[in-house]
Order: sequence, then structure tokens, then C-alpha cells
Amino acid sequence: MEIFILLLILGLVFGKMAEGRHFRGIEEREAAHAAVPVTTLRAPPPGARVESVRLATGSVVVAVDYFKMFLSGWRMFFGGEMKSYTTLLERARREAVLRMRESAPGADMFINLRFETADIGGKAKGAPNVEMLAYATALKFHPAGEKG
Amino acid sequence: MPPPPPPLLLSNIESLPGYRVTACLGLVQGSTIRAKHFGRDIMAGLKNLVGGELRGYTELLQESRQEATSRMMEQAARLGANAVINVRFGTSSITQGAAEILAYGTAVRVEPA
Repeated sequence: MEIFILLLILGLVFGKMAEGRHFRGIEEREAAHAAVPVTTLRAPPPGARVESVRLATGSVVVAVDYFKMFLSGWRMFFGGEMKSYTTLLERARREAVLRMRESAPGADMFINLRFETADIGGKAKGAPNVEMLAYATALKFHPAGEKG
Repeated sequence: MPPPPPPLLLSNIESLPGYRVTACLGLVQGSTIRAKHFGRDIMAGLKNLVGGELRGYTELLQESRQEATSRMMEQAARLGANAVINVRFGTSSITQGAAEILAYGTAVRVEPA
């Protein structure tokens, strides 16, 4: 019983700290990348003169903390939104997009962004380890004014 | 030793912007199933207490995805393709502790438009 409460407190304190830090980091990095659009369009915008194309990917594997796992156990009983998991997957998704952006530094636009979510299975029962993958086609345009 | 094949162009849309598709060579795919490393598994077990990123697994899956992609590209190169379009990725957990990574797409020959 003591161990259980200790794990719960550990999860709550360190999990909360890590999550807050991660969200702040994500916001900073997103602001730095805001000038380059990421879209789910399936083709480059009409009239765009494309210089180069490549596939960009970014991924992250995240785990829930013990406290969130405990909360989710209650949620499964009463039903409703699992807020603790929602924020976890949001973190993962935003992180994956940022890593994708960072993997293609010179890109002017990303099109056809896709997400893949896969549970790769945690060791403990009910503890999901989720892999989040973001991939898109990175485009680099010809500099304006130059004949393509 | 033969020179490595030229890197293929990849995109996950139905065309390759700036290029014209001259021949469609069919489906190509590559996959790999990786088991998690025991040491990494212990670390991940600990990480499950406090939550957060499992760096070891992120790297493992990234390597696997690269492997699957390069197998797909090898297959495309054997068909005489110089690009693979409409690339898709899939991940599935086969058993506890092992994941299959799949990359698939359509091999095509392209020339600058």
C-alpha cells in the first residue's frame, strides 16, 4: 500500500513537471517554425514552382505516468473523456510534427501531412506506450523571380 | 564493389511536383519486425512510472522505419524506378515487445517536367 501511494505521488509530481516543461518547449519551437506552413493538401498550391521534393518524417514514443494510469482506471469505470491521455497524445503529436519540421530544415512548405498512431505495448498491463509518427512531403520552391 | 544506387525520390502524394511520371512500375514495400532490447525495456519500465518520452524506443522505431524504407527503395531500384510516390507507413504491435514497421508505395519512373 505504501509503495502504491509512493508511486502515485512520484507519477503525479514528476509527470506534471515533465509535462509542463514539455508543453513550454513545444510552444517555443512551434513559434520558431510558424513561418513554414504544414498542410494536409494533396498537391502543391497552383502556380508554385517546385525546386525539390523529399519525404520528411518525425516520430516519438511516449509513456503515461503512474498517476495518469491510475486516473484512467477510474475513467474506464465511469466513462467520459480521458483528459490525462488526451494531453499525452497531444504532446506526442505536436512533438512529432516538430521533429518532422526539424528533419527538413530548408523546406518552404509541407503538404499531405499524415499521422500514424500505434500502441507498441507497455510492460505493465494498462500502460500504453504510444508511438506517434508524422510524415509529409517537404517542398522547396524556386526563389521568386527566377525562371524555373 | 558496385556503386550504391542513386537515392530515389520519395513523396507521399500522388505525384512528384516538378517531375512528370513516365512509367508506373507497381507496388513496392519493405518491412521489418524489431524486438525491443532487454536493457531498453527495463528503462522503459521505469519510465512508465513518471511518464514522458521513451527515447530508446523512439530511436529503435526510427531505425526500423529507415530499414523498412530502404528495403522498399531497393525493391523499387530493382524494378528500374527512380522515385516512389504515395508512400505510406504502418506500425503494428505483433506481440508484447515486438513491432512491425511497414513502408509501401508505388514505384515510378519520372523525368523533370
